[in-house]
Amino acid sequence: MTVFLRSWQGAVALILCLAAFASLPLLAADAPAPFGTGTLLLIFLMIAGTALISFAGISPSLLSTILFVVAHLAAWLLLAGIAGNEGKATLAFFLMVTASWLIAWRCVAVLSGIHAKSAAGSTFLRLLIPAIFGAWILIIWEAITRGFGIPFILLPPPSAIGARLAGSVPILWADVQQTIFKAVLFGYVVGCASGFVVAILADRFAFLRRGLIPIGNMVSALPIIGVAPIMVMWFGFDWQSKAAVVIVMTFFPMLVNTVVGLTASGAMERDLMRSYASGYWQTLAKLRLPAAMPFIFNALKINSTLALIGAIVAEFFGTPIVGMGFRISTEIGRMNVDMVWAEIAVAALTGSVFYGVVALAERATTFWHPSNRGG
Amino acid sequence: MQKERLLQHRILPVVTVLLVIIAIWYVAAYVMNSPFQRDLDRRGNVTSTAMEFFQKTMAQPKPVLPAPHQVVSNVFENTFLRSVSSNRSLVYHGWVTLSSTVAGFTMGTLLGILIAVGIVHVKALDRSLMPWIIASQTVPILAVAPMVIVVLGAVNITGLLPKALISTYLSFFPVAVGMVKGLRSPELIQLDLMRTYHASAGQTFWKLRVPASIPFLFTSMKVAIAASLVGAIVGELPTGAVAGIGSKLLAGAYYSQTIDIWAALIAGSVLAALLVTIVGIVGKIVDRSMGGRLA
Repeated sequence: MTVFLRSWQGAVALILCLAAFASLPLLAADAPAPFGTGTLLLIFLMIAGTALISFAGISPSLLSTILFVVAHLAAWLLLAGIAGNEGKATLAFFLMVTASWLIAWRCVAVLSGIHAKSAAGSTFLRLLIPAIFGAWILIIWEAITRGFGIPFILLPPPSAIGARLAGSVPILWADVQQTIFKAVLFGYVVGCASGFVVAILADRFAFLRRGLIPIGNMVSALPIIGVAPIMVMWFGFDWQSKAAVVIVMTFFPMLVNTVVGLTASGAMERDLMRSYASGYWQTLAKLRLPAAMPFIFNALKINSTLALIGAIVAEFFGTPIVGMGFRISTEIGRMNVDMVWAEIAVAALTGSVFYGVVALAERATTFWHPSNRGG
Repeated sequence: MQKERLLQHRILPVVTVLLVIIAIWYVAAYVMNSPFQRDLDRRGNVTSTAMEFFQKTMAQPKPVLPAPHQVVSNVFENTFLRSVSSNRSLVYHGWVTLSSTVAGFTMGTLLGILIAVGIVHVKALDRSLMPWIIASQTVPILAVAPMVIVVLGAVNITGLLPKALISTYLSFFPVAVGMVKGLRSPELIQLDLMRTYHASAGQTFWKLRVPASIPFLFTSMKVAIAASLVGAIVGELPTGAVAGIGSKLLAGAYYSQTIDIWAALIAGSVLAALLVTIVGIVGKIVDRSMGGRLA
């Protein structure tokens, strides 16, 4: 029992291997290019052998390396073998994909248990583990769409999306320029800045604060995205209307977070500033704004996603013939689903980069905060 | 004494700010509508006094910015005076949106809780899944919404479910993150106490972790239900403007029925406020029944 518990993924992978062996071949009998015997044998030996190795008590780093290489090599062989045989995969094929996925899971489990000694090592692990997870989402997606021969319109395989992405860089780049560099960035900067200024005003005048904060809190819960059609009507089809939507969407999170953040400094510290005879603005600049930084960055992070959503959705209500939202809505109409997915991949990538930049800036400016000091 | 303070410190400022907003709105409505009205008057050779002119800018059928009272009367008319089954009734459209919001919210909350339980108990999941959950929210999913609807429509899944799925995607995230925090909120000393009781993992989970996570759950559910309403509204945009608040927005945008757009916005806002309040009240009741004290 304890041996089994050491690597239940390995045990299940072995069972799956046996089941797959019993239900061979991997592809239906009428497949045009079946697996060669050598490849077949190699896949089975690799997975079964590694599953057995995962029970042995060898060092975690060696074990995880073996598991990593075998899981991905086997997956690559399996996916390569299905080229030209779309929709012909049998149960055995999916059992083998599952078995190699379990090997990868075992690899992640082993990696999670490793405590890296150097800082570089731990960063590497922190990136590698989620990367394996992401890779397997793509592998399983590819295996299912091509193995079952799912119609292209429904869900294209990642490889096709990647090819489309690489093939239409100029169009995608034009869309990014229109949507991100014009609408999103302008709206984000203006929206965040005005939210910040109003928050300072609200902080200066308590009456304004008491009136604005409940309203701001309520507005944050509202579907503000609905102003998109109105803004398109007011500011026309070009990027100005999208920037306006982004401004409205980013204003309130910034306002509410900044006002809350300005109350974050302790009474003791404020008393100290008083004893230094510092005025309102000095206290604000030297104590309260730095203390509010984590809250302000929280708003900046929330807004980075909201800004993208606002700009893209606003484009559904009318655009010039360029832009990410425009591309998505027209390519759906033309049933070019791979182009839509490519656009989504670009949007996801830009969103992540945007978020990452804000997060890095946060690290650089609020290095003193406990959540960033590590430990 | 207490009441007086409440009046002075809460209600008075809020009402003042609201009045200021409404005043600004009226002025803006006058400024934005007057060019068109002036044009209209010149063509019709009508000369009107300032007061008449002002009144006319407030009563255009398709104004650039409708005056507040126009929107209010439209909302009132379409909410209370129409039969509920009518296609113009806001109650009908609100109901359509509400049903998919609640369905998506329920699924999203369950999914979020499941993910959180997995993350808290399986270390490999914690290290591999958590970064992707955060990354999943940097994807502007609302942008994908139309595609999800069209794709699911192609396999004959239409109606409530596709919209609910978008709401699910938007609402699972706050719940998952909040619940991970909540399930991890018991302190080491409390976990140690459970160990001295020789409690099994299941007992620790049900008797310590779950009760500790309830306040976190309700806080994140408030965020989740607002998000899921947004999801439902955007999900309605590409369904060809059939029914729901989102389709009302789209139809208003197509036919320049500005008053209708604003009315739909108000309806959506009322719905959002209602839903968040309901979740808040349920949270308070649960908290009270679990022996929580007023902070």
